[in-house]
Amino acid sequence: MVLEENLRVAFTALRANKLRSGLTALGIIIGVAAVIAVVSIVQGMQFMITGQLQNVGATFIQVVPQQEFGGPGMVQKQVRLTWDDGQAIAQHVRNVAMITPQIFGQTEVKYRDRQHKPFLLGVNNDWPDVNKFNVDRGRFFSRLDLDRRAKVAVVGLSVIDELKIPEPIGAEIYAGNTAFTIIGVMEKKGRSLGLDYDDLIFVPFDTALGIFGRRAADQVQLQIQAANSESVDQVKDDIKTLLRERHHIGPDDTDDFRVLVQDEILKFYSQLLLVVTGVVGGIVGIALLVAGIGIMNIMLVSVTERTKEIGIRKSVGAKKRDILVQFLIEAITLALVGGIVGTALGYAVGAVTVKMLPGDLPAAHVPVWAVVLAFGFCTLVGVVFGIYPASKAARLDPIEALRYE
Amino acid sequence: MALIELRGVRKVYEVGTELVRALDGVDLDVERGDYLAIMGSSGSGKSTLMNLLGCLDTPSEGSYHLNGNAVEKMSDEELAGIRNKEIGFVFQTFNLLARTTALQNVELPLVYGGTGRAERHQRAADALARVGLADRAKHMPNELSGGQRQRVAIARALVNDPSILLADEPTGNLDSSTSEDIMALFDQLHRGGNTVVLVTHEPDIAAHASRRVTLRDGKVVSDVRNGR
Repeated sequence: MVLEENLRVAFTALRANKLRSGLTALGIIIGVAAVIAVVSIVQGMQFMITGQLQNVGATFIQVVPQQEFGGPGMVQKQVRLTWDDGQAIAQHVRNVAMITPQIFGQTEVKYRDRQHKPFLLGVNNDWPDVNKFNVDRGRFFSRLDLDRRAKVAVVGLSVIDELKIPEPIGAEIYAGNTAFTIIGVMEKKGRSLGLDYDDLIFVPFDTALGIFGRRAADQVQLQIQAANSESVDQVKDDIKTLLRERHHIGPDDTDDFRVLVQDEILKFYSQLLLVVTGVVGGIVGIALLVAGIGIMNIMLVSVTERTKEIGIRKSVGAKKRDILVQFLIEAITLALVGGIVGTALGYAVGAVTVKMLPGDLPAAHVPVWAVVLAFGFCTLVGVVFGIYPASKAARLDPIEALRYE
Repeated sequence: MALIELRGVRKVYEVGTELVRALDGVDLDVERGDYLAIMGSSGSGKSTLMNLLGCLDTPSEGSYHLNGNAVEKMSDEELAGIRNKEIGFVFQTFNLLARTTALQNVELPLVYGGTGRAERHQRAADALARVGLADRAKHMPNELSGGQRQRVAIARALVNDPSILLADEPTGNLDSSTSEDIMALFDQLHRGGNTVVLVTHEPDIAAHASRRVTLRDGKVVSDVRNGR
């Protein structure tokens, strides 16, 4: 029979019981809204992480100390990763184009009577090139500044704003009781993952050790640019071999450091996001199951209420299949309307959540697959939970149905 | 061959542990263009006969040929097709779909028959005009009087040009003057060449028909022509 008539009948029936249809669809709306909201936020994050990592390039390699957590009573091995390790890598590993150590911590900074607590990074002169993040005004510190342990600093735009420094270049600021002269201002980078990349202050590595203390020298991160993307794996393997040797790690022991290349950093975040998506997906699945049962319930009521109508339709020649399709379409319509409203609501919730959360989260992004999946799933819910009531309607005996009051 | 041919038709129901013989060996021929009234008190089996004639049900025993087709051998699907093409039902309680305009109600058999939209509108409008309700096409059933509702139901029965019009107590829910109007409409349809079968227990309604078949205890006890 004609689809158009079925759709008309479905909408007429749903409109006739607005409250009931609305409440039934609400289950679906909430389920779909939840999945779309979560997916939009998670996808937005993934977009940003991917974008950021692509920014530093495929040749970016990071080495970080990896604390190993032994069981209770086991002696905690002292994990060390030092700039000596970094210099050894620079000397012995082929295809290392640039390398910089990095230590960081939140530090109180003063300018005249104003105070602020940005992240202070101790790095060397290669940091801007390794991280593809450069100075806008003035200059970054040089090899010479490092060797002389010069008390110079390069600051981000937010630091200047917070401290209200009218003319930054040449200004003197205090960090941890040490006076620094500002020699450069970083380009604007913006925020991501809750971190303000403009709220940073860079000082020479050795100088930073003076602020953070000698212990910080054992917990250094190393950031490396490989010569080219083909050599990334070789560089990674050589670093592993070299560091295992330097750290006296036995053949059966695990590394006390991690070498992260861009692919792995991406994979790590992707896996994290996948787990989040999976957990939420499971919850949403249960929500939709409950919503589906709601639809089945209401459809059963609807079939009973409309027994007479079914009898009339059969008496003028409706086949079983016609009645089945009619009620199935009604169930699917109910689920799909819920899906459409839920998608819109979910997107709105995602967008608002991103705006309201502290830190700078990436804009919500709803991928097409999520919408298609949501609609597909709603249709499936409609079919699965509509088929029983619909077949019940289709099997009604026309004589009995006509007699029903 | 007659339009309707019933031979030795029996219909047995199981009610609880008892077997009820609703029809007990009915033979009946209805010719094309007949105007037939089936009479009988309640429990005589006339409703069962009506359901069989209307292909809503099949006989337990015996044969039913409608327009040369053996109905008793048909599947549910085929019966639905026969109801759609060959039968026009008119019920005591009108049985119109609520929240559906008169025109859409009349279109219903054409929808299930697979007629295209434009032709459907045209034929439904024509059928409404035939019963004198051309100006009520957009009205909902609850905006129409009882007589008007029954006219819409008759238009719906007519719209697919069925072989028989099957009317079950068509005036049972109407006052006497409206009843006369509706019966006049059946008379007119009969004169126009339609085969009409009325099921009624009211003699003055049956008097409109040219032939009266009376049932008692599932058997035909009389079959007379009115001679008018």
